[in-house]
Amino acid sequence: MTNEHSEKEHIIGYGTYVLIWLVLIGLTVTTVSISGINLGNIALAVALLIAALKSAFVINIFMHIKFEDKIFKVFIAVALMTLLSVFVLTAFDVFFR
Amino acid sequence: MSENIESKPYISYLQAESKHKGIFKWILSTDHKRIGIMYMMGMMAFLLVGISLGFMMKLEMLTPGKTIMDAQTYNAFFTLHGVIMIFLFIIPGLPAVFGNFMLPLQIGARDVAFPRLNLLSWWLYVIGGLFAIVSLFLQGGPIDTGWTFYVPYSIRTGTNVSLPLFAAFILGFSSILTGLNFVTTVHRLRAPGMTFFKMPLFVWAIYSTAWIQVIATPVVGITIILVIVERAFSLGIFDPALGGDPLLFQHLFWIYSHPAVYIMILPAMGAVSEIIPTFSKRTIFGYKAIAFSSLAIAFIGYFVWAHHMFTTGISEVSRFIFSLLTFLVAIPSGVKVFNWVATLYKGSITPGPPLLFVMMFIFLFSIGGLTGLILGSLATDVHVHDTYFVVAHFHYVMFGGTVMIFFAALHYWLPKMFGRMYNEKVAKWSIALIFVGFNMLYFTMFILGYEGMPRRYWDYLPQFQTLQIISTVGSWILISGILLMIGNLNRGIKRGAKAVANPWGGKTLEWTIPSPPPVHNFDVIPVITHGPYNYGEEEEK
Repeated sequence: MTNEHSEKEHIIGYGTYVLIWLVLIGLTVTTVSISGINLGNIALAVALLIAALKSAFVINIFMHIKFEDKIFKVFIAVALMTLLSVFVLTAFDVFFR
Repeated sequence: MSENIESKPYISYLQAESKHKGIFKWILSTDHKRIGIMYMMGMMAFLLVGISLGFMMKLEMLTPGKTIMDAQTYNAFFTLHGVIMIFLFIIPGLPAVFGNFMLPLQIGARDVAFPRLNLLSWWLYVIGGLFAIVSLFLQGGPIDTGWTFYVPYSIRTGTNVSLPLFAAFILGFSSILTGLNFVTTVHRLRAPGMTFFKMPLFVWAIYSTAWIQVIATPVVGITIILVIVERAFSLGIFDPALGGDPLLFQHLFWIYSHPAVYIMILPAMGAVSEIIPTFSKRTIFGYKAIAFSSLAIAFIGYFVWAHHMFTTGISEVSRFIFSLLTFLVAIPSGVKVFNWVATLYKGSITPGPPLLFVMMFIFLFSIGGLTGLILGSLATDVHVHDTYFVVAHFHYVMFGGTVMIFFAALHYWLPKMFGRMYNEKVAKWSIALIFVGFNMLYFTMFILGYEGMPRRYWDYLPQFQTLQIISTVGSWILISGILLMIGNLNRGIKRGAKAVANPWGGKTLEWTIPSPPPVHNFDVIPVITHGPYNYGEEEEK
């Protein structure tokens, strides 16, 4: 095999999982609460920011990416950059139409 | 070398026994080779259905007004022709058949990384196909939206839309799982010594395609679910009458469906990069340029989707940007074509059937690509948008490109897959018929479209009839060629002469094992010390 993958055990305590879970619930509550406030043009950006933060917690902790090889981080970065580019290109239509 | 390989007794994957009996030996098999063959059988069946629908549509176009069917039937026919050809034939296409069969062989592996997941992909493909077929016979009638399912019509039509959409959703999952499997296989199961730049170019192409399958397909999955939800609950996501945005659907649909064009064509380009060195006995010219151009096409292909929407009312800034990006895709595509032609230059060329298909591909794909630039230009696109010109363009690219190489790959790898040869003379006759029929059928459509014949119309003005007749007669010649080809391949599989391990003198790993391959591919996993196309090195020795 050309890519030797070092299988290391990373044990995360239940306390951390529960803490992250509570943070995710807190962020969801924040998203719902903010949707009731008129933030004008930045409402979308705030909602996306909170969603991105939640994704980061899930990807890093629950999906263990924080402890994985660099190659997996590159994969995720490529996917996220693609998504970001798609958003930006769509915005050229939505905001200039 | 091939005689030594064949002198050893072995059990091929076709003869292998398992705990299952009869057909279950196949449909429950996790062997990548059997799964590849099963995809091939399913896809050939759907291809024949798609061809039959196309044949009937062209027959209807023989005369103005009604010839053999009414307008509503014609609407259903062009929708089904598109859905079957796109979702059940070309998108699974080369990755599902030849990716499954050849990828592990070409990288020196015994199977893909997740064999059971691979079987699940095939089952999802079959279930998706069955759902699409069942939808034709339910109350409401077959879907009539066109294969693009554009809203608001797809939300309001009374025909069966939700079930075929759900079928496409399931087929998407099949595609995603196949992509995941191939990415993992390439990263984890390459033979010792096979660095990325010692991989065959077909593997590079399948790898690039797999990334598109994984990243782009979920977008269409979400879009499909939104349309189904919109139909069921009238939420107002896409329906303008409810405050929705129909252009949002087009954005989401093409964010997947344009990269899907590269899911279709990239593996075909990979197969071309295998066939050309083998039949010209030369090391591929510009290996790294071809490898990187696959990645570049996959990458840029994500960012050109709105060129399908130039006339829909999207912003001017957007139109300008997407037109520019569209032109950029022509660069890596051009890199490939120039490198293939440079490989042939001063080569020791054997004009076998696979190479003749490749030559036809380069000719047809160049016409398809260059007419794509006419469609990518903002001003000219307005004139030819939604006309036969577009129909001709994508048939030159998809049929002249991907399907011709699917046929080329069948002729190239069939001796390896089944251990039998087909009749080369008959194969060449079928190629001649396909070439003549194809150009009669589709080149006339460029002219018709330029003169103003809209696509998807059941009727037409009398002045278009001469070209419509030429086009219809072309379809008969084309279908004759395809049927002759399928008959010849089928006869070869059943009664053809036994094939040696390496009938074409190929250099990649699949040619180092017997035909048909043993159950576990390699007795000993090979150690790779040189590039995949080392014709030059051999000459020096």
